[in-house]
Amino acid sequence: MKLELRGITKVFGPLVANDHIDLVVEPGEIHALLGENGAGKSTLMNVLYGLYDPDGGEILLDGEQVRFKGPGDAVAAGIGMVHQHFMLVPVFTVAESVALGYEPAGPGGVLDLDRARQRVTEISERFGFHVDPDALIEDLPVGVQQRVEIIKALSRDAKVLILDEPTAVLTPQETDELIGIMGELKEAGTSIVFITHKLREVRAVADKITVIRRGKVVGEASPSSTETELASMMVGRSVSLTVDKEPATPGGPAFVVEDLTVVSPAGNVLVDDISFEVRAGEILCIAGVQGNGQTELAEAILGLEEVDSGRMVLDGTELGGTGVRDRLRAGIGFVPEDRSTDGVISSFTIAENLVLDIYDTPDFARGVTMSPTKVAENAVRRADEFDVRYTDVQDPISTLSGGNAQKVVLAREMSRPLRLLVASQPTRGLDVGSIEFVHNRVVRERDKGTPCIIVSTELDEVLGLADRIAVMYRGRIVGVVDGADADRDMLGLMMAGVPLEDARRQAAEHHSVLGEADRAETPGAPAAAAETPHTPDPASPEERP
Amino acid sequence: MVKPLTESMVFSVPLILAGLGIAVGFRAGLFNIGAQGQIIVGAIVAAWLGFAFDLPPVVHLLVAILGGAIGGAVYGGIPGVLKARFGANEVIVTIMLNYIAVYLISFILRQPTFNPGRTGQRSPAVSADATYPLLIPEWLVPGNTFRLHWGFVVAVLATVFVWWLLERSTVGFEIRAVGANPKAARTAGMSVGRTTIITMVVAGALAGLAATGQVLGTEGSLTAGVAASYGFDAITVALLGRSRPWGTFFAGLLFGALKAGGFLMQSLTQTPIDIVLVVQSLIVLFIAAPPLVRTIFRLPAPSARPRSRRAVKEAAA
Ligand SMILES: Nc1ncnc2c1ncn2[C@@H]1O[C@H](COP(=O)(O)OP(=O)(O)OP(=O)(O)O)[C@@H](O)[C@H]1O
Ligand SMILES: [Mg+2]
Repeated sequence: MKLELRGITKVFGPLVANDHIDLVVEPGEIHALLGENGAGKSTLMNVLYGLYDPDGGEILLDGEQVRFKGPGDAVAAGIGMVHQHFMLVPVFTVAESVALGYEPAGPGGVLDLDRARQRVTEISERFGFHVDPDALIEDLPVGVQQRVEIIKALSRDAKVLILDEPTAVLTPQETDELIGIMGELKEAGTSIVFITHKLREVRAVADKITVIRRGKVVGEASPSSTETELASMMVGRSVSLTVDKEPATPGGPAFVVEDLTVVSPAGNVLVDDISFEVRAGEILCIAGVQGNGQTELAEAILGLEEVDSGRMVLDGTELGGTGVRDRLRAGIGFVPEDRSTDGVISSFTIAENLVLDIYDTPDFARGVTMSPTKVAENAVRRADEFDVRYTDVQDPISTLSGGNAQKVVLAREMSRPLRLLVASQPTRGLDVGSIEFVHNRVVRERDKGTPCIIVSTELDEVLGLADRIAVMYRGRIVGVVDGADADRDMLGLMMAGVPLEDARRQAAEHHSVLGEADRAETPGAPAAAAETPHTPDPASPEERP
Repeated sequence: MVKPLTESMVFSVPLILAGLGIAVGFRAGLFNIGAQGQIIVGAIVAAWLGFAFDLPPVVHLLVAILGGAIGGAVYGGIPGVLKARFGANEVIVTIMLNYIAVYLISFILRQPTFNPGRTGQRSPAVSADATYPLLIPEWLVPGNTFRLHWGFVVAVLATVFVWWLLERSTVGFEIRAVGANPKAARTAGMSVGRTTIITMVVAGALAGLAATGQVLGTEGSLTAGVAASYGFDAITVALLGRSRPWGTFFAGLLFGALKAGGFLMQSLTQTPIDIVLVVQSLIVLFIAAPPLVRTIFRLPAPSARPRSRRAVKEAAA
């Protein structure tokens, strides 16, 4: 189906989020939308999906003008969408989730789950999804949940599929699989609108690229453009895609973890007897495939997760026995992995979210009385400093774009005096310009002598930022590598559980395409996960020879 | 002409105060069904302090008011502690505590101190010192029969207090945060359990104040039916007021008027008082309807218009 958007305009109060946007998506085309945080990508897609009523412009499907009163109409017209923050009911099975909202009813109005189940199996098989229709959503990894969303869209015969930042929460492995699936869908004639901030993905899959800046289309780019070209087109200035930093000048051990063990209530060992130290003025990156205990480690450091044994010492003071608030007050800055559930309160204003964990300090409250003026002043200062694109700091944070909400969390956690920074996936959902900014801020924090722990599943981020890298696998630290002599292949192997020395040897013998690219230091590495059959597959160590 | 207005205000006092208590609970994500029980316990304490002691004027009233609030606070605090410590569901606990309170009051009204007339229905009258003075005194409007008392002023002050608590205090910040997203609140260092207890104590205290309006004002003594159905109507009032302090205040006034008018209507025109219930239900239905209708017909929510016209931060960067 050919999709055409003409002059789409969407206004939020004083803000023009979409300003006469034109977009044509041919049948069987993968069309990438690029743009800074807050450029208006999600808004445009929400208009297309019938969630927002446009203030101007028209939508044409196969040359015929359509008007959507709601997502129901859009779905009926053959448009499917996987949202930036997708929402599935955790206690439903896959088949139930797919049936939800269109409910294939049998005789007597009974929900025909068999048909839904059959549909899931059918679509699964056709596109190689490997999804069990009877699995519970809450038991599935995020990548599979996303596939359920895609199946849901396809089960309603979507001819145009909108994927809004689908890869932000995926592991590199899952991203590869998604890219494969997108290829299959394209073969089958489905048009795909693909939104991402990861330029290598765009170059790998897009047939056409449209760049949006501040609500306007600023141009088209060809998939053969380099990452640097794409980045500067997006942001409107040249962006450094690598982290500029001096070698670290670390001091003594500032934060020490000894024999830390965290066991889940169900009895699974999540963090398994871990010991490490972070020196003052050093960035330690914790790398690893999602779900290998990094989340629990970070939460244990803040005191959110109960520790079974072991101890943590910050600047000579034992952390054990103190609560979350004490640790925040002691100078720990904490960026949670999932901003929407742990980092912000969506109904609170931007200003309130910027003081979420310091609201009762003397800066903002006298006794128990808070000062709204000071909270607002602080918000304007922080938001400007971190380039948050907002309309009014008294608007609910839910009106911010995904990346801008993330910047609010970073601004809150990184703008007070810190003695330890623990940031998980700090740049998730950020555009290249903001990533550059945040990385520079982390380096600046380091240079002030703060020990920094960055948990990241992005190898690029880890390689760019780290002074030392600890790789976690199944709750243990497989090895700690110096940032300077780490390479992609070696880390990939370690993330699959291969011990340090073996990984070093194997990586030296056998380079993947991406690893080669790093070595050659070509600007804008010819990167395409889909084209790298030799990339170590961290998620399935069993399959390795 | 004025009497219907003042009567409406009289009926609105317990509705506003108990409604505020429910509203505070809603904001913390707690569904407190226990206003009924909290009113009863507050009423028992306030009445006892009111008739069994002899204190100087003003002081006596203040002591009785405070006692009523504390009685309600303690009774509201119980489900709070149970939830915070053991994860007990506050809906179930408060419902059970309502039953306990109902039997408690009929037991207490049979005790000699509370039951000199041996009717088991009514305690001795609260001493004049411990009674809310009438708001419109005889010398201002001679010969008036208005029953409106200072309890209404307490309701106004409580509304201001709750507004301050929720919108301006650190405690309210915690209450709202815990109510909206307990996980994020915990990550920000707030104690969900502590906030739950504080919220339930405040809610109970407000219900206790509602009780003082009855025993120290409108009724003048403790009766078996002191709570009437105020504790449950208060839930509707808080819903109608969308859990906002002033919204609850005006919803309380409206429901007070319906109650006052209902009695009058029945005696004058024989219209069954149940019609009031029907009207109340319809109001709630229509208030709750927009989201409901949107869900049923899958209409998009009207997009939020930012309040301020401040220019977009376009110039930066
Ligand atoms: N419901 C809303 N009310 C007010 N403003 C909104 C609303 N939704 C979005 N906006 C504003 O519109 C602009 C565009 O937002 P949008 O979510 O489309 O950005 P985006 O391009 O998807 O960014 P990101 O890459 O960060 O997800 C932002 O400035 C945002 O603050
Ligand atoms: Mg977006």
